[in-house]
Amino acid sequence: MDALKIATAGSVDDGKSTLIGRLLYETKSLKLDQLELLTKKSQQKGYDYIDFSLATDGLLTERAQGITIDVSHLYLTTPKRRYVLADAPGHQEYTRNMVTAASNAQAAVVLLDARKGVVEQTKRHFYITQLLGLNHLIFAINKMDLVDFNQEVYQKIADEIQLLVNSELRSVVQYHIIPISALHGANITHHSPSTPWYDGPSFMEALSRIPSEIYAPSELNVLQVQWVIRPKTEAHHDYRGFAGKVQSGIFKKGMPITIFPSKLKTTVLKIERYGQEVDSVQQGENASLILADQVNVDRGSTLISDALGTVRCEQSWKARICWLQNTPLNTQSVYLLQHGPQVVKCKILHIRSKTNIETGVEEQTNSIELNDIGIIEFMTDQPITATDFKTHRHLGSWILIDPQTNNTAAVGMNQSEI
Amino acid sequence: MNLALKQLEEEAIYIIREVLGQSRNPCLLFSGGKDSIVLVHLAIKACAPAKLPFPLVHIDTGHNFEETLAFRDRLVNRIGARLVIGSVQEDIDAGRVLEEIGPSASRNTLQTTTLLRTIEENKWDACLGGARRDEEKARAKERIFSVRDVFGGWNEKNQRPELFELLNGRIQHGEHLRVFPISNWTELDVWNYIREENLELPSLYFAHKRWVFERKGSLMPVSTLLERSEHEQPIETWVRFRTVGDMSCTAAVTSTAQDIDRVIEEISGATISERGARLDDQRSEGAMEERKKAGYF
Repeated sequence: MDALKIATAGSVDDGKSTLIGRLLYETKSLKLDQLELLTKKSQQKGYDYIDFSLATDGLLTERAQGITIDVSHLYLTTPKRRYVLADAPGHQEYTRNMVTAASNAQAAVVLLDARKGVVEQTKRHFYITQLLGLNHLIFAINKMDLVDFNQEVYQKIADEIQLLVNSELRSVVQYHIIPISALHGANITHHSPSTPWYDGPSFMEALSRIPSEIYAPSELNVLQVQWVIRPKTEAHHDYRGFAGKVQSGIFKKGMPITIFPSKLKTTVLKIERYGQEVDSVQQGENASLILADQVNVDRGSTLISDALGTVRCEQSWKARICWLQNTPLNTQSVYLLQHGPQVVKCKILHIRSKTNIETGVEEQTNSIELNDIGIIEFMTDQPITATDFKTHRHLGSWILIDPQTNNTAAVGMNQSEI
Repeated sequence: MNLALKQLEEEAIYIIREVLGQSRNPCLLFSGGKDSIVLVHLAIKACAPAKLPFPLVHIDTGHNFEETLAFRDRLVNRIGARLVIGSVQEDIDAGRVLEEIGPSASRNTLQTTTLLRTIEENKWDACLGGARRDEEKARAKERIFSVRDVFGGWNEKNQRPELFELLNGRIQHGEHLRVFPISNWTELDVWNYIREENLELPSLYFAHKRWVFERKGSLMPVSTLLERSEHEQPIETWVRFRTVGDMSCTAAVTSTAQDIDRVIEEISGATISERGARLDDQRSEGAMEERKKAGYF
């Protein structure tokens, strides 16, 4: 069994809650007491069917205001795979929530209304998935029951989607366009007799086909140190284990490594996982490295083996950012930049442009506000050991922290060629 | 260990190490339940070969199952951890909280005062907890690093977005973090992990013979803490508990599952959700949300 994280996007009217409720039901993730509550609530509302959208019915505060506040997490388990759905609500803070959900996902579901086809919001959703480098998409055309499961309606929308996808230069995106009815359960787990003309996979089938290891393994062997383990006991008197997660590549016993930003060189003496010695550790695994020489390594140090390649250890960078807090970007302010475990001071030197996320066009501006996406140049007080986002998802991304509030003000993705 | 479970373990240990790297004075909230037992195990792995550099904290309602307390003391002893106990009885005696009365009285809500007082007294800036997003819808919206204001409150409208693996643990003086390393685990994941890692659990989790009575469709344990009406006749039957909370609000389920394989079989086919057996959540629809805002675990 493996795991897949998916971001779901679509406005409330597209029936997203109904789809998610339906998925919970079809995968038997809803228990009897939860189902009884749904049935009862549906009856109270006078429906003659179970309104699955009530399964994701939000917090009291949200219902009082009739909005969805925040990214919600749902879990589906099938015999072969476990899914985490990060559901981003619509409304004003849409961009912020969708960027957040997509940053933690390996794939995205974009929901459309069969009666409306590709609308501005579809373009936004798609644009954000591309910004965050999601290469696996499912376009679900919902409410097919309201257009009599008409093939021509489907084909027209599918053509529009293809046009949209082709407008992005990156040709790596893999996607399915599926006609569904979340309300009636059509093409959710099985091929629906209502769409004999559709020969693609059902929604769940399409999800199950997405490979879980979707980021190409990197040649770069990188570990950022989170914490130095120092037991200070008799048995481990001089023990210093540099604990962190292998961000990419592989580390082996005896490998030569360079420590950044000091650029000191040493070799890996021993590798431990949770106190047990191992020969090697690879991408995604936590480890403690014990080094051959007594060198200065702290939280925030980056250990890299072999050639530096595309990694740069510098103070000046260009990036695409998404602004996440109410207070707009201030080029006079000093922010904190968190890059992996490393935190440095940061100044935005120049706002290059703001992206119109409905058209993808860069527009001249001198301000970046909540939910804006733009391109900036910045400088840090200490060098950061980083890459472009497209080269390395982890080394290429960071967050800005507002030191006055400690809030997460923005997320950035390095991009040297702009 | 299957890949999905291994990924969950790696994620949790990464989060615990972020706490070790970012917080000055963390602690681990330990209830004696299966989720916090898993959390302790993950914390031990994250710190090995060093001992846990933070204490386990138990908020004792005074209404705990004996089995839970015995288990807690054995575990603390075995791993050589420091244990801090926050006593709800102490807060009742000092008049800081008022004991509920009536047949559905519970000390569940009172725990919040004791928890916040204990956090403040010990100046903890980060509290690791075993809450999971699949438990309840207010928890489905919870962050991994969740900031609590100086009153210990949770503001659902002002949560920090969490992007990639970047966890922002910076707080103002007087605030603290609640950190949930097993956020993305489901009940079944927890059980599968316990089986995989061969972890010991309090005997309450397995089928045993016990005197219980039926209340609002739930099987409540017979104890001096629960007043029974004349209709609530005790019966002796085979049960187990799915969560181990305060004795006054934790219901049992009928079960014959005496070992972990049988328990997993039962849960895989279970028709009632885990928190469906918690009367504290059934009090009202937003019961968990309201308690979270007040600083509840």
